[in-house]
Amino acid sequence: MTSLTDLVFILVVVIDFFLLASSRLGAAIRAVATQGALLAALPLLLLEGGHQVGHVLLLAAGALAIKGALIPWLMFRAIREASIRREMEPIVGFVPSMVLGGIGVALAFAFSSRLPLPGGEAHPYLVPTALSTVWSGMLLVVSRRKAVNQVLGFLVLENGVYVFGLLLTGIMPVMVEAGVLLDLFAAVFVMGIVMFHINREFASLDTEKLSALKD
Amino acid sequence: MVLLIAAPLALALVAFAMPSARRRPLVLLAGALVHAAGVLALLAAPPPAREGAWLAFDPLARVTLLTATALFLASAVYAQGYLARRADRDNRVFVGGLLVLLSAMTTVALSHHLGLTWVAMEASTLSTAPLIYFNQNARSLEAAWKYLLIGSLGIALALLGTFFLALAGAGPGGPKSLLVEDLLAAGGALSRPWVRAAFVFLLVGYGTKMGLAPLHSWKPDAYGEAPGILGALLAGGLTNFAFVSVVRVFQVTIAAGEGAFARDALMALGLLSIGLAAVFVVGQRDFKRMLAYSSVEHMGILAIGVSLGGAATAGAFFHTMNNGLTKGVLFLSAGNIHRAFGSKSTDEVHGAGRRLPLSGPLFLAGFLAITGSPPFGPFFSEFAIVNGAFGAGRYWVGGLFLAFLAVIFVGMAATVLDVVQGDPSDAPRVPGTGDSWLTAGPPLALMLVVLALGVFLPAGLKDLFGAAAALVGGGW
Amino acid sequence: MVLRTALHVVALLVLPPLLLGVINRVKSIFGGRRGPPLLQPYLDLAKLLRKGAVYSRTTTWVFRAGPVIGLAATASAGLLLSMGGAPAPIAFAGDFVLFAYLLGLGRFFTALAALDTGSSFEGMGAAREVTFASLAEPALFLCLLVLARATGSLSLSGMLGPDLDAAWSSAAPGLLLAAIGLFVVALAECSRIPVDDPNTHLELTMIHEVMVLDHGGPDLALILYGAAMKLFLFGALLSRLVLGHGAGALASEALFLLGVLAFAVAVGVVESVMARLRIVRVPQLLVGASVLSAFALVLLLR
Repeated sequence: MTSLTDLVFILVVVIDFFLLASSRLGAAIRAVATQGALLAALPLLLLEGGHQVGHVLLLAAGALAIKGALIPWLMFRAIREASIRREMEPIVGFVPSMVLGGIGVALAFAFSSRLPLPGGEAHPYLVPTALSTVWSGMLLVVSRRKAVNQVLGFLVLENGVYVFGLLLTGIMPVMVEAGVLLDLFAAVFVMGIVMFHINREFASLDTEKLSALKD
Repeated sequence: MVLLIAAPLALALVAFAMPSARRRPLVLLAGALVHAAGVLALLAAPPPAREGAWLAFDPLARVTLLTATALFLASAVYAQGYLARRADRDNRVFVGGLLVLLSAMTTVALSHHLGLTWVAMEASTLSTAPLIYFNQNARSLEAAWKYLLIGSLGIALALLGTFFLALAGAGPGGPKSLLVEDLLAAGGALSRPWVRAAFVFLLVGYGTKMGLAPLHSWKPDAYGEAPGILGALLAGGLTNFAFVSVVRVFQVTIAAGEGAFARDALMALGLLSIGLAAVFVVGQRDFKRMLAYSSVEHMGILAIGVSLGGAATAGAFFHTMNNGLTKGVLFLSAGNIHRAFGSKSTDEVHGAGRRLPLSGPLFLAGFLAITGSPPFGPFFSEFAIVNGAFGAGRYWVGGLFLAFLAVIFVGMAATVLDVVQGDPSDAPRVPGTGDSWLTAGPPLALMLVVLALGVFLPAGLKDLFGAAAALVGGGW
Repeated sequence: MVLRTALHVVALLVLPPLLLGVINRVKSIFGGRRGPPLLQPYLDLAKLLRKGAVYSRTTTWVFRAGPVIGLAATASAGLLLSMGGAPAPIAFAGDFVLFAYLLGLGRFFTALAALDTGSSFEGMGAAREVTFASLAEPALFLCLLVLARATGSLSLSGMLGPDLDAAWSSAAPGLLLAAIGLFVVALAECSRIPVDDPNTHLELTMIHEVMVLDHGGPDLALILYGAAMKLFLFGALLSRLVLGHGAGALASEALFLLGVLAFAVAVGVVESVMARLRIVRVPQLLVGASVLSAFALVLLLR
């Protein structure tokens, strides 16, 4: 069980790298969907005695349905309706953003073992995976030009926060965890609507064109 | 208290369901009146504090709710005239969204559970994004997109910070709770590195919503493109509540023994905000964007006031009220001017004082008030903060503060005088947009309140500011 | 043990062209063809060896030395590599550095020989080859460092020896990532798709092939043989890393052979299902491999 959990954490981080390097929108959306599905498996893998099983099952099912299925579906619909060009040229190039991501991940993994965990022992990869996923998400949001990519970056960021939230499944009220899923859904939903309008206004989802407002 | 949150929400549903676009603004007015009555009733007969309750009507909530309900009432009256003139747009989402915003803001003010605070903050972001897009053109779309993206980022980081805080209290002897009271009681039992990290993330997250530099970049765009009424509610209302959230976290951080670090962080962001606003206000030709930078400035002032402690902190809470109401005056009158000229650039707008005999002078008076000219309220609150800085021996802080304020005064004066003075005959004119009591009355009323706060501050209010400041180690 | 080691030397000399045959067969099957016989590369080499060579008057001894040194360097590297879990003929602490640089030496001389022709076309190929090699080398080193860290040995024989099996149980994720990184490095080092296409002769896209256009006859045979041997080396490395070794000498040898052939099949599959990357994307892939390997190393170091 331990090695399987290890593998899931590592895959989550590898998907971060893939997203930082990927130039194809469809592949990126699929990667985010895979990451969501992996994250859905995590609460089950981390399940130990003492947690409420029903609560954990609910969390996993919710994460799978929303992160793994619903949101990717919405994203695919958005890019189909907006017929977005698949190639994209980021503000920060693929190689620099990959290297930056690598540095962040290395730091997260190198130093997270020194952070004291007041809540008792957790899986050694949990905190670094969460932090590196948050970091990769930030990089993606900041460095990409297309609205869809920024949304993807935001999703990755949210995934990182979710991983961190797993640390608290034992002590946190259900509400906050439900908040994670709900917020994700709501954010993308509204973003989707906005994107639809962006599409109508500009026939493109390039946020570079959203640059009339500046000083 | 629950009613105060639920009533606007219920009215929002009514607004969404209502078929008549003409009568819908009345729902807004009803929401404002109910809310105002509720706040006054709570002030008159404060509910007893209950152990472990998620909602509490503490001094912080009193100060900010009082401001917000006055502002919302003024905006609701204003909306009657405004929406009647904008009959071309469907106002269903607008009215409903404003009521949801009111409900979310009230929740933030009352919530003592940081998880609930976070959810309400998220709701406020989601409910306002469509409102910014009210004008449905490319520019308002861009503004809405930036607002949503940057706001969501801030919210996500705030959630991470909330998790950090929960983790800080998860150790043996920790409260294992996100209730502010529990966290305060735990104090030193919290894990200090995680409290520190939590404060940083929450300051960045809620600071984004406040519009503290360097995370203010959504502000000029959103305020510039949104209808004036939304600008008033964002700049005078929502940012104050984001500030309240930061203060609650600050409270916990002090209790955990990381107060000095938190003060430094607040001071740094505050000075950065004022300095940045000073740079961008000078030469700003778009008067609504200018107001946005002024909002950045005043968030910086609040952060500095809280960071200084002592009387400066009480001054900061006084300032939330002054700033909130004055921003109402400025945004509402700026909206009138914008509509009458069909432009918000000083290249085209001149002589607002002559064309709009109420809104023009109000804009000028609001400018004088917000830049800290006596005898208006903001002068006294800013004076308290500067006085606190010099009194605490922080001469550099006080000096920089005064220098930036002077630059901002000059910068704003150039823009405002350009708008208000001059000859309007060659400026563009939009028919049917003169001053009416419905559109110019509310800012006038707010202006009188700001003036009154400067001339005579009731002892009850003064004590309230002191009590709010006492939560984070300040007071008159 | 000595016998096994001697056998491995023979395998190193004999087997490489077979891998090319396997790759071609896999590609043929994917393409719906029957394809050339498995032993065709041997026949090709024999044919080339019987031919004479033509040398341009502008070339010097460097041009002739290129193929010889290339093959010699690769073969020497092969002597350092432990196969099937048995120790290599030559082993000392730090020999993995020599291994990497012997491969580098071979490439260096191939590139020099290409430059020696004075043709701008070859020069372009040499430039591309060394550019990508400079990106692949950090990844290779990081992968080897992961192995060194996981097994606590600085010699290839130790890294690929019995300690590796213990390492798999304690540091599986890191080793797996290193294996993925190593596979990408292998594709780049051996000029396979998606980095380079060994079958292309379109000047805009060629990388490695363009360097050896001017070689003919025995020289070309040496170059092709050297390239196949390099492929075999990476196959041996990955086979040991991923499959481990069986109980007993015979099972180990069988598993080793199987692994090398599986590697050839994998390369063939990759070549069949993937398109060649645009040249500007290649650095991205190689940096990605480096980042993965660095991540693997961090996992082991923490």
